[in-house]
Amino acid sequence: MAAPGLAEAASAVTAEDIVAFVYAEARLLDECRYEDWLDLFAEDGRYWIPAEWDQTDPVMQPSLLYEDRFMLDVRIRRLRGARTYSQKPNSRCVHVLQQPSVEAMDAAANSYRTWTPFHYVETRGDERDYFNGWARHDLMLEGGALKIRLKRVDLVNLDAPFGNIQLFM
Amino acid sequence: MQAPYHRYRDNPDAVRALVRPREVHRDVYIDEEVFQLEMEHLFANTWVYAGHASQAPEPGDFITCEIGGKPLLISRHTDGEIHVNYNRCPHKGTRIAGEACGNAGKMFRCPYHGWAFRTDGSLLSVPLRKGYDGTGFEDMPMTRGLAPVRNFRVYRDFIFVKLNDGGPDFESFFGDSLSTIDNMVDRSPEGRLILEGAPLRYMHRCNWKMLVENQTDTCHPMVAHESSAGTAVKVWKETGRNDRHPAIELLAPFTSTYKFYEDFGIRVWPNGHGHTGVTNSIHADYSDIPGYWEKMVDAYGEERAKAILGDIRHNTVYFPNIMVKGPIQTLRVFLPLAADRTLVESWTFRLAGAPDQLFARTLLYNRTINAPTSIVGHDDLEMYERIQTGLRADGHEWVNVQRLYDEDEELDATVVVNGTSERQMRNQFSAWVRYMTQSMSPTTGIAAAAPSAAAELQGA
Repeated sequence: MAAPGLAEAASAVTAEDIVAFVYAEARLLDECRYEDWLDLFAEDGRYWIPAEWDQTDPVMQPSLLYEDRFMLDVRIRRLRGARTYSQKPNSRCVHVLQQPSVEAMDAAANSYRTWTPFHYVETRGDERDYFNGWARHDLMLEGGALKIRLKRVDLVNLDAPFGNIQLFM
Repeated sequence: MQAPYHRYRDNPDAVRALVRPREVHRDVYIDEEVFQLEMEHLFANTWVYAGHASQAPEPGDFITCEIGGKPLLISRHTDGEIHVNYNRCPHKGTRIAGEACGNAGKMFRCPYHGWAFRTDGSLLSVPLRKGYDGTGFEDMPMTRGLAPVRNFRVYRDFIFVKLNDGGPDFESFFGDSLSTIDNMVDRSPEGRLILEGAPLRYMHRCNWKMLVENQTDTCHPMVAHESSAGTAVKVWKETGRNDRHPAIELLAPFTSTYKFYEDFGIRVWPNGHGHTGVTNSIHADYSDIPGYWEKMVDAYGEERAKAILGDIRHNTVYFPNIMVKGPIQTLRVFLPLAADRTLVESWTFRLAGAPDQLFARTLLYNRTINAPTSIVGHDDLEMYERIQTGLRADGHEWVNVQRLYDEDEELDATVVVNGTSERQMRNQFSAWVRYMTQSMSPTTGIAAAAPSAAAELQGA
């Protein structure tokens, strides 16, 4: 059970809040504000891209990516690094989201979930790669703010070969 | 400059001239005709990895793959034996099995006209068979069923195929290099590997050989991976934490010094095989997994268990196109698609009878290092793609492989050398020339109309 104070705050969260959160998250990435994006993750938050269809386990089944805040921070610091030659020139991205569907609103359990079909484009120099899939956000209140407990990205063609994916879907 | 067609075809001397003791001509990486000849000769004359028997454990199970551009169908027959056939209906040419793996039941059925084949590939039935009565049907080769690949070998569940009949047998080709596969299998308390999980598939717009050479290139990690492993170590130090982060444990060794790599050694074997990490490796200092040691001691006794786990080889190249990491149980296949296009598939093995955490670490390694989302992979791919385009430049037509070259070195020997030597790359190219030219028609002399670098070299 959530602590009483937290439950009180949680009761204030609306469906509009969490839908707005998902849009805002994508916009931070599109604006290359990676450090601000990282701040959206809960202390124990994870970012997950499964490598198998209908995957249930991020660590006992192959994932393309399953990282904690520390490793995401490493990625961001690397993107900004002076000797990161795969970012010369830098990559950019754009997310096009379908309206997120609210899958769960459980203030008592401090658990909110959305499901968002998306198109994503990552470009670098003359190259442009398209990705398509569904993002699932598991959100929670932490320190009075909505945070990402788990962002899961399922690609529709997750079994196809990809070139470099350097940014965040 | 557009390469003249047929510069290298039927011209083994021109192919030989692409490889010098200390350098190789850029055409081995960028010339489409050389690539086509690799498919026809190199990948037909060598024992090429095709799959793992644990992918097809039950009768009727199958795996499909391509070697040298030829579609193959590997199946487990009702008698439990593995069979390898060309994946092509003898009737009209339809690819019989369409998926990477699956179960065909009691027979393969061609989806076009319904010809049926037993799971060993032999012909079972033809619909409306009477239409062939009196047509000499029995005399046609297609009545024998799928065309078999005669030369294949299942070694400790690793399936290798040699499409051509000529050249060395399996044991002569691999020799002592099989010790790496042995060690990986022996790391299972049951002496068995299970290939588990989808492979991570990573498209590279570069020549396949750059990837193979990278496996024993020990002078690049501290430079190319400064951005990934170097940053990871730096950020970890800033946290001030003194526990071990599982990903840092895997990434930090990539920042090892030149001296570390010089000292850890490279062992080369005949026919282009070789491995880094003879006395030490980046896999030597992983955390113990509770319960694993006890299971190994139970299975092998303390002395033997210690010997198995003490063999911490880094990257083993099985020429021409796979790399095996025994201590972390991964296998990477470098699938050549074009001179400038390579698909890398990175596979993971579970050690039968070992704790789950070992497989979890194998998966963690694979996604951290080998995925299209890997920061280490990003570093490497950037270099390969820069080489692929850089090689078009004039001024230098040759790529250098002379680090720690010794003019007396014997390339077809088993020997341990300094870990920063490019001896293994020279070993690979020596084997490359042998198996490229083995099945080429005798030289017809250099065509007078071929004003190529290779032709010039004949007089050099």
